[in-house]
Amino acid sequence: MSTTTTGRATEPAPAPAAAGSSPPRRRRPRRSVGDRVFGGVSQIVLALWALIVVIPLLWTVFSSFKSTRGILTSPFALPEHWNLDNFVRAWNQAGIGRYFFNTVLVVGSALVLVMVLGAMCAYVLARYEFPGRRVIYYALIAGLTFPLFLAVVPLFFILESMGLRGTYLGLILSYVGFALPFTVFFLYAFFRQLPEEIAEAAAIDGAGDFRTFFQVMLPMAGPGMASVTIFNFLGLWNQFLLPVVLNTDESKFVLAQGLANLQAQQGYRSDWAAMFASVTITILPVLVVYLIFQRQLQGGIGPSTNK
Amino acid sequence: MAAVPTSTTPGAAPARPRGARGALRRLTPARVLFFLIFLGVPLAIYVVFVVSPFLQAFYYSLTDWRGLSRAPQFIGLENYVTLFHDPVFLKALRNNLILLVTLPLITITLAFTLAVLVTVGGDSRGAIRGVPGATVYRVVSFFPYAIPAVVVGILFAFVYSPNGGLLNGLLQAVGLDVSIGWLGERRFAMAAIIAAVVWSLVGFYMVLFVAAIKSIPSEVVEAARIDGAGRLRLAVQVVLPMVRGNVSTAAVYMGIMALDMFVFVNVMTPTGGTGKSTEVVSRYLYETAFSESRFGLASAMGVVMALLTMAMAVLVLVISRGKDEA
Repeated sequence: MSTTTTGRATEPAPAPAAAGSSPPRRRRPRRSVGDRVFGGVSQIVLALWALIVVIPLLWTVFSSFKSTRGILTSPFALPEHWNLDNFVRAWNQAGIGRYFFNTVLVVGSALVLVMVLGAMCAYVLARYEFPGRRVIYYALIAGLTFPLFLAVVPLFFILESMGLRGTYLGLILSYVGFALPFTVFFLYAFFRQLPEEIAEAAAIDGAGDFRTFFQVMLPMAGPGMASVTIFNFLGLWNQFLLPVVLNTDESKFVLAQGLANLQAQQGYRSDWAAMFASVTITILPVLVVYLIFQRQLQGGIGPSTNK
Repeated sequence: MAAVPTSTTPGAAPARPRGARGALRRLTPARVLFFLIFLGVPLAIYVVFVVSPFLQAFYYSLTDWRGLSRAPQFIGLENYVTLFHDPVFLKALRNNLILLVTLPLITITLAFTLAVLVTVGGDSRGAIRGVPGATVYRVVSFFPYAIPAVVVGILFAFVYSPNGGLLNGLLQAVGLDVSIGWLGERRFAMAAIIAAVVWSLVGFYMVLFVAAIKSIPSEVVEAARIDGAGRLRLAVQVVLPMVRGNVSTAAVYMGIMALDMFVFVNVMTPTGGTGKSTEVVSRYLYETAFSESRFGLASAMGVVMALLTMAMAVLVLVISRGKDEA
């Protein structure tokens, strides 16, 4: 991934600013003093930031194996023995296991639904001409700019009146609705780029609209679908305000909500060990997903990186 | 991505109408069904769960609605008048505005600096490259973005804890004998929250900027070097203008974030902090609606913030476009 430019690699570069427009003095590439100083400083700055990122995470993971007393008395010591008591306590007593299951159910269903519906909607908007097409597109994009907390009060009562408040289905449909603008916005661009000839070829071969989409166009949008799926996964896994407002039944709590609730309860304030274990349980799956997909993620949010 | 009808591909016979994009030429039952499912289902969900709550919020903000027990009475702009005489709301709004300035500034500056170091910070001779180990730094910096905001909040609540917290522990390790409850003290609470947010978001914007910087033609950077531009000038006068679009997008995203902040504030200082020192509008709105059942007033807060968010976004985009023309 550390692609460097393939430009004129042997270009002799003048020493930093002071050298001004003086002609190149030496042929043999050697690191100038300025380079070394700057390189050293850069390394220090980057390493420092990496430490700032990693230390709290390592502290959390190590602490999750220690006893609460151990955490409070010697915060930097490695765990004396690696026992899983805290994890068992977090998973069973603190309810992390149930929250985890709820999250997987809600996020998983919402993710599948929003990707399917978003892809269908983006496809129709991108590849068919019909009256009102542009209005629909902009109405969807506008949804990206409104703050979510403006909508939660009425949404609470809409779900109430439909009998969906406090149900998985209500939460899932709300997740789908609010993830739809982002999904359509990005997939629209992908479907727009696909070559026209292929759709024509499919039509000539007698494929109807449905088959053209599912067997020809959708597979071709694969890379776009992959990165949007990952971003939607992170976004939905992260969602907090919607469940806090709409999902008030404790047995249906999702992880983010359950953790915040645990933290607010005085009892778990004192059981740091279980709390750290809960946090570790929440972080690890996402970090693993990230490490597996980090190439797609990093490529997906900007213009192509292999210039 | 304007919806301009595209012309046919050069090879196609001119007489034949365009392919699938010609769409509604033949309205067969199958095609009607296709449109109903592909467009109708997603849009129905969108309208019911997204569009209609937003529209209703505007209406509720003009009523004294306090729940289902009584039909809401239309009271005009009274809620807005109440809001702007409410010291807590004004304090919350002020905090949001402080965040609106500081959060994007710190995050983007830090993210841009790190991005420059990993992309063009390496040797000044030869090909333009980042410092050694650039990939590792980039991957590690992105970690926090994969952690849910709630968890970041809980994590930092532990880090800042007066007893056994990581920050006090580190300070004690270097010889400073402090036991400060960082989130409990008015002076530090907001800064502590800002630090946590910056921690969690810098990596994301760094990666965004890295991608943008890599798409700058290498000739441009090399030409600047040959002209004797030092690294600082290279970063500020050559690279920065060329990624300005990404910087303003980042500023808009960060601005939206700064005008929300519900998750971080709610988790780290559940009541809005000592003396409301960390209160933000979104948390105050939540409390007003779901603890006090003053739904009309809460909706008015939401509308104020929505208008502010849009004004901010337009302002940032106009400023960055204005510079384009200059």
